[in-house]
Amino acid sequence: MIINHPLLGPCDAQEFTYLGDARLIDRPDGMADGAEDVFYDYAYLRDNPAGQHRELWFHEAGDRSWLVITRNTLTHEIISVELARDVARKQGRSL
Amino acid sequence: MRYSGFKILKEALSGHKGWTPAWRDPDPRPQYDIVIIGGGGHGLATAYYLARQFRQCNVAVLEKGWIGGGNVGRNTTIIRSNYLLDGNEPFYEFSLKLWEGLEQDLNYNAMVSQRGILNLIHSDAQRDAFMRRGNGMILHGADAELLGADQVRREYPFLNFDNARFPIKGGLAQRRGGTVRHDAVAWGYARGADSHGVDIIQNCEVTGFRIENGHCKGVETSRGFIRAAKVGVAVAGNSSRVMAQAGMRLPIESHVLQAFVSEGLKPVLPGVITFGAGHFYCSQSDKGGLVFGGDIDGYNSYAQRGNLPVIEDVAEGGMALFPGLGRVRLLRMWGGIMDMSMDGSPIIDRTHIQGLYFNGGWCYGGFKATPASGWCFAHLLATDTPHDVAKAYRFDRFRRGRMIDEKGMGAQPNLH
Repeated sequence: MIINHPLLGPCDAQEFTYLGDARLIDRPDGMADGAEDVFYDYAYLRDNPAGQHRELWFHEAGDRSWLVITRNTLTHEIISVELARDVARKQGRSL
Repeated sequence: MRYSGFKILKEALSGHKGWTPAWRDPDPRPQYDIVIIGGGGHGLATAYYLARQFRQCNVAVLEKGWIGGGNVGRNTTIIRSNYLLDGNEPFYEFSLKLWEGLEQDLNYNAMVSQRGILNLIHSDAQRDAFMRRGNGMILHGADAELLGADQVRREYPFLNFDNARFPIKGGLAQRRGGTVRHDAVAWGYARGADSHGVDIIQNCEVTGFRIENGHCKGVETSRGFIRAAKVGVAVAGNSSRVMAQAGMRLPIESHVLQAFVSEGLKPVLPGVITFGAGHFYCSQSDKGGLVFGGDIDGYNSYAQRGNLPVIEDVAEGGMALFPGLGRVRLLRMWGGIMDMSMDGSPIIDRTHIQGLYFNGGWCYGGFKATPASGWCFAHLLATDTPHDVAKAYRFDRFRRGRMIDEKGMGAQPNLH
């Protein structure tokens, strides 16, 4: 797979490590009521779709940026690549 | 029809006109006591033990394609019971014991070959860990033997013992481990289940569950609605897709694992070997091909094919361990879809929906588990209580902090 990095252009997927579903950005508030159940969902349960999947990749052997990649799990086709920082900012999670 | 040497002789002399199909091809009935979704190794084994061991006579197996077309046809055929943890080892040892009697039980030649498995040791720390694992195995009634480098050299003289970075210091052997002809496992269980009255229904895709007031009443399929008192799901690889139809999210990600076969060679590799410093395992099939594999690709996938970096990584591991491999040509390679669970261990459990049962999360160790998985799932379906050796494989172990994490990797499925 070739990942079209927003800053660096096309890079071999070998340069990256994979974390998982991009929902991992939405870390719940550990101090809120019912945090135990929410964290169980967050840490252990996954949608695991066959088709489009938004996921976190880390450019470990590159610029060490985190990316959110939308990829088709049936064909491995990469549909879009964003900086995870931008995604988190849009969700109001980062300055 | 019973298979025997006499039967082969008789058929050879009479033009092979007396062979009949090994299982029927029935139309689905409108109602069953128990429906198993998934005609792979685990589903067929479940149906077989339900009928034979638990005397359930109204059982169907639904398969969307053809039986044995999924992971039971796409693995590296290794059987072993060399686990450390209490939640796992008794289960896998039970499985290995079932493998040992499988062919007589099924009257089917599954080519069970106990040629031994050897996990190689490359460091002092690894020797300590393997000694501990071997002791754990022996405590649970399995066999284990710690070998020194000279003993390994006698059995596998062609390995790279003096690799500067990862010299071979010894190995943990399980002599009762080995390989099995994988397709024959599916066919043998299918034939056995069919002969006990189980309907095996191929080309019948489950498209939904009919759930009323928290009770599962049956399944919607491409061949109409089938009512069932109990439904068991055994579709590892696609567990999340099927259980999503019941509104469930699972502690599972689907990942692709690649496997490889070389051209056929004369016998060179007597048993199964695993490289302890990288991830590489290899055995030789009875046809002569070297069957080997390594790590999963590491990203979610349902594609049944992987990418080149992992192929390179596996080849590097193979060459580091077994330099002669470099002269061998690769014949074919393929990918299978693994249910990677959050702790690397499987789930055999009821769900919160009455009458709906789940078997999955086998990571890439499902093949060796086939007989015990079938037996324990049948036990659960027939008696509504977990089998003694599978009682740790509960859905709620993640919520309760009772993970069975052999590798100690935490909730990161691509590292198990």
